[in-house]
Amino acid sequence: MANMTNTPESAGSNLMARALREGFYAGLVALGLFVLFVGLKTDQNILNELILVQRWGLLAIFVVIAAVGRFLSVAFIRPYLAERKAEKAAAPVKDANFFVRNFSMIAIAVLIVYPPIMVGLFGFQGSLKWVDNFGIQILIYVMLAWGLNIVVGLAGLLDLGYVAFYAVGAYSYALLSSHFGLSFWILLPMAGIFAALWGVILGFPVLRLKGDYLAIVTLAFGEIIRLVLINWTAVTKGTFGISGIAKASVFGIWSFDVSATNNFAKVFGLPMSSSYYKIFLFYLILALCLLTAFVTIRLRRMPIGRAWEALREDEIACRSLGINTVTTKLTAFATGAMFGGFAGSFFAVRQGFVSPESFVFLESAIILAIVVLGGMGSLIGIAIAATLMIGGTELLREMEFLKHIFGPDFTPELYRMLIFGLAMIIVMVWKPRGFVGSREPTAFLRERKSVSGSFTKEGHG
Amino acid sequence: MAGTNTMTKDPILKVDHLSMRFGGLMAINDLSFEAYRGDITALIGPNGAGKTTVFNCITGFYKPTMGMITMRQKAGKEYLLERMSDFEVNRDAKVARTFQNIRLFSGLTVLENLLVAQHNKLMLASGYTVLGLLGFPAYKKAAAQSIEQAKYWLDKANLTDRADDPAGDLPYGAQRRLEIARAMCTGPEFLCLDEPAAGLNPRESLVLNQLLRSIRKDTGTSILLIEHDMSVVMEISDHVVVLEYGQKISDGNPDHVKNDPKVIAAYLGVEDDEVEEVFEQIEEIAVAAPGETPK
Repeated sequence: MANMTNTPESAGSNLMARALREGFYAGLVALGLFVLFVGLKTDQNILNELILVQRWGLLAIFVVIAAVGRFLSVAFIRPYLAERKAEKAAAPVKDANFFVRNFSMIAIAVLIVYPPIMVGLFGFQGSLKWVDNFGIQILIYVMLAWGLNIVVGLAGLLDLGYVAFYAVGAYSYALLSSHFGLSFWILLPMAGIFAALWGVILGFPVLRLKGDYLAIVTLAFGEIIRLVLINWTAVTKGTFGISGIAKASVFGIWSFDVSATNNFAKVFGLPMSSSYYKIFLFYLILALCLLTAFVTIRLRRMPIGRAWEALREDEIACRSLGINTVTTKLTAFATGAMFGGFAGSFFAVRQGFVSPESFVFLESAIILAIVVLGGMGSLIGIAIAATLMIGGTELLREMEFLKHIFGPDFTPELYRMLIFGLAMIIVMVWKPRGFVGSREPTAFLRERKSVSGSFTKEGHG
Repeated sequence: MAGTNTMTKDPILKVDHLSMRFGGLMAINDLSFEAYRGDITALIGPNGAGKTTVFNCITGFYKPTMGMITMRQKAGKEYLLERMSDFEVNRDAKVARTFQNIRLFSGLTVLENLLVAQHNKLMLASGYTVLGLLGFPAYKKAAAQSIEQAKYWLDKANLTDRADDPAGDLPYGAQRRLEIARAMCTGPEFLCLDEPAAGLNPRESLVLNQLLRSIRKDTGTSILLIEHDMSVVMEISDHVVVLEYGQKISDGNPDHVKNDPKVIAAYLGVEDDEVEEVFEQIEEIAVAAPGETPK
């Protein structure tokens, strides 16, 4: 209990005495309460006679739990909570410390040095897991969630079929690269454009709907795309998926194909390893994420970004101010879809294989959960939520020791949904607006004050 | 019709034979009236008379069943409002409105509320976002201008101190003023206010009166307002239109309307035993408003 160091010595001993006393009383009360319930038990013996079983050990456990619990509560937990409350009341607008103020800069710096550190710690082969399974996987979801954040967090349009745009991006790259041999750097923007186009095609008929109805239709759209991918076997090869998707190259200068003459490892005379490609992919998705964040931050300060947020707050007021809400919603949908498309083409390049199985509704739900958990509209909150949710899934796979407890058949990742559900409930009770519930204003006259989450609305269509 | 002095004026808004039917209910029945340029026109009537429906027809939120609404801008350009959708009425015809139950962007700051109102101007300046995103200077200039414009209206509405607070955090009277300031930031020629004084205390109503007068004086914007607070209506309006059951029952300057027996009947009822009371009420109103000759 490190917090005890904060309280003065004299008050501490006084408190200890009180805590011991109250603990003792609690134990006494527990003894009185449980002695007949727990300490003694009526039972039948083999002759069907009523006998009294004495369970003093169990009773002792009950009493000790009550006494120790009371003691800990009075001596440590309550003073700690009171202290925190007082601290909060005393300094409601305390200056954020250096770490909090520069969180995003520090996070970016850490991400940039992350792969070399992992290589240093675990060697090239050992770093694969950390760079690929953790780094790249989390960053893909960060990007997807930031893309969806534009639609759900800023414009307030509930989209349950976001994974459709992810699929459009992935299949655009997979098909165009395997049929026409186009490179990743041409197809990355094209995948974004195709996804945005699908966003507009879907959005145009759908955006006259609101709230729950919009959510259901977007959900259906996501399923339609997936079913088309499964059933249009002539093009998509159905559930077999498309494999052998070409790898990305460093702007066409160095390739990561083993047979190519300009292979990265050959050019630099390094030993052959697949981890160069993974590290390259890590930096690629990091750059894409930063692009998404940069564009989102810039857009929020543009009239269109303000119109999105205004739309989330009150659509009728928007129309009374001469804002064409249909085109405003469409741009939100298209922009969000575009980033989904970028992420999709990256996904295809990373996996080297796409199949409809990767684009099920569960993916949409996870991305949406990340956005809601992080705090709608907040980039940092969403990044933290993605790290926790996706990193948490990966960590569960690592928890080999659980097998020693629950037996060798126990696979912890099967319980991840259970854990997520519980985690979400806890977070939503504790922070109903997500990790970062407040909103940064896009313009200010005198000082930048963040807007409390109790004023912002979630949107209704 | 009385109020012949206004007849020589130039009408900014002409409502002709406007009807609006909701199923079997005729909310507005063959209503015609004019609002004149530079005037403050008040639309009054008992509850359920169809005042807000008229507003919604004018501002494009309802499509009228019948009739024509013509808006004539200063430059002489005419718009048929009944054919336009709600956002076009504001964007093209320059008619702005506020709402009976305040509709602010409560999660945006006061300043941001006023910037959203300048959306169309800024969209153009930012080259539909593309040029702005690339950091062209034209957008930066326009953005600075829009903040100046917002400052002007913050100052007018006496909200400069609260500019960086969320709009939802303002007290009620300030929210009313902010909504008017926001509507004015769209640069309208004709401003429609739906019960701007509802829920205000007498002092706040006074401030509102001053704000409306200064809007008219400084920007030349014509105002149409729905109001139940007679101290506001009689004090500031130049022209009053009275509705009952969707029909116009009186039209003219405040004096004329105040003494119109049809208006008195509509507001107070005309049971035989209540006639005495009616006349007393008239006396009271006449006394309350100075400079009027009692009946």
